[in-house]
Amino acid sequence: MSTRTSSGGFGLWMLARRSLRQHAVSTSITAASLALACGLVMAVLGIRAQSERAFLLEGSPFDAVLGVRSSATQLVLNSVFHLETSPGNLPWTTYEQVRAAPGVRAAVPYAVGDNWKGFRIVGTTAEQFDDAKLRGRAPRVAPGGRVFDEELREALVGSFVAQKTGVRVGDTIHPSHGPLTGGHDHDEDYVVVGVLEPTNTPSDRVLWIPLEGMFRMEGHVLRGDGEEYHAEHHEEIPDDKKEVSAVLLAFDAPQVGLQLEQKFNRDGKEATLAWPVSRVVLELFDKIGWMSRVLELVAYATVLVAAASIVASLYDAMAQRRRELAILRALGATRAQLFASVVLQAGAIAALGALAGCAIYVAIFAVAREAIRAQTGVVLDPFEIETSVALAPLGMVVLGALCGLLPAWKAYSVEVADDLAPLS
Amino acid sequence: MSTEPVLRLEAVKKAYDAPEGGRVEVLDVERFEVARGEQVALRGSSGSGKTTLLHIIAGIVKPDAGAVHVAGTDVARLGEAQRDHWRAKHVGYIYQSFHLLQGFSALENIALAMKFGGRVDLARAKNLLEQVGLGARLNYKPRQLSIGQQQRVAVARALANTPALVLADEPTGNLDREHADAALELILSLCKASGAALLVVSHDERVVARFPRVVDLATLNRRAAAGARA
Repeated sequence: MSTRTSSGGFGLWMLARRSLRQHAVSTSITAASLALACGLVMAVLGIRAQSERAFLLEGSPFDAVLGVRSSATQLVLNSVFHLETSPGNLPWTTYEQVRAAPGVRAAVPYAVGDNWKGFRIVGTTAEQFDDAKLRGRAPRVAPGGRVFDEELREALVGSFVAQKTGVRVGDTIHPSHGPLTGGHDHDEDYVVVGVLEPTNTPSDRVLWIPLEGMFRMEGHVLRGDGEEYHAEHHEEIPDDKKEVSAVLLAFDAPQVGLQLEQKFNRDGKEATLAWPVSRVVLELFDKIGWMSRVLELVAYATVLVAAASIVASLYDAMAQRRRELAILRALGATRAQLFASVVLQAGAIAALGALAGCAIYVAIFAVAREAIRAQTGVVLDPFEIETSVALAPLGMVVLGALCGLLPAWKAYSVEVADDLAPLS
Repeated sequence: MSTEPVLRLEAVKKAYDAPEGGRVEVLDVERFEVARGEQVALRGSSGSGKTTLLHIIAGIVKPDAGAVHVAGTDVARLGEAQRDHWRAKHVGYIYQSFHLLQGFSALENIALAMKFGGRVDLARAKNLLEQVGLGARLNYKPRQLSIGQQQRVAVARALANTPALVLADEPTGNLDREHADAALELILSLCKASGAALLVVSHDERVVARFPRVVDLATLNRRAAAGARA
């Protein structure tokens, strides 16, 4: 301790800090409960905000999904998020029809039904990777690779697939039948010609092969005209036999979506146009919104419990410290100084909790991030801080300080004459 | 040097609410003075109102009536927060139970008193502890000190802000005879050295006998006197 002359170091903060240290156990437990509450609130708010934005596919090149008559939600889940099974197939003629419709900038056919090591294989055309047609938002092939040749058995691999399986350019993959592992292996081998750069979207979990290859895969049956058809080597597949699971569409203008919606959803009976994709996703979020609201409520409930624990621990501490507070008053501390000291203590506990809460937030986010990425391919970033997330720790400190008001009042009400010495 | 007494009480009265209802008058002092640098013993038995009197002089308790002039200020006219600030600067208080802050070292106990007095001077705080023989125990917490050493910290703390008046309430009540004599000697000598007036209340005749001026609280407090006569 220096021998300088000042009042620094012996202010309210010293009193608050010393009191916290004297009650280290209850301080730690209270701060821990606050940390948990703060971390939960931050994680719930952050994950919800980021996942909503990610799932709304703000960077997606596609405006709509055309599929067999079914629910728009199912179409989007299957074709955009690569979840669930395909609700059925569209005849090739419908694909040709929509592709030729005025204002359709890109129409990318998808055919699904196979997997490799549990990762979905999508048969498509090179248009899927045509940056010019897809407004500069097409998946990009990482250096050292290229887009597959539609005439050859070549595959492009999503970044997550490459990371998880270690597959590289030049490797061979062997598709299995069915959307999940467990189906029979097809006869064909595909050579990996490229790995896609991460998009942090469900596409990262997909392997892409030429649509023709999907048509010709051993064991696959085409029913474009209602009759079963098996493609033969060196034989061109008639267009009326072909079918696709869905067509992803990019429009020149929103009016095109309106026109096609009228055509397919109102006038037609065989296809459904899910448009705009973001609205369908929003509707989905509305349906499952109760889950995030429940999580939010649970998080806020933990905040309340933590706040109550601040009140309880400090209130008890004040009861135990009446004599000490009376001594401070006798030494010249004013009621206001004691009041402020206790509010400072409460704020300090909350600040400790908020600080640790940030670490808990990162930990919870990291676990959720991996789970969401593994399930959907969507990648969230814990360090991309939403405003609401940033405000949570600050709110926690303010709440903590407010929780100190009641114990502070107890400290304020200490009477030196009553608590220090008996009347004589 | 001013001839104004450091302490002058005029028609000071104090009553408390009785548990059974009504008010119980505990103090009624017509006039009492202590000169600057004077050392006075107030002889008082239990229930004579000695603690109440010291609390009123220190500004801890406000009297119901009367004037309490300490170092030129009528404490009875000050608001509570003003009395707190004033007390820290002008009055040192030595309690029978010492009332040291357990979570703070000997040096910090004194520094805190300085803090409330408006100016922390750690060099002076150390010097005070050296004067009471605790130069080697600066960073000891009260529980790490003997009873006698705690008493000496309390004495040093009372002198931390160079007060004009030091009040001591049964300052040797918790000490054995040997330590009590030494503690009293220390209090007397340090107050004399610092120029602070000293007002000690005690029922111990050995303590009272060491003072050049002794006032019987039972006589001073007309309420107590009336009670005794009743």
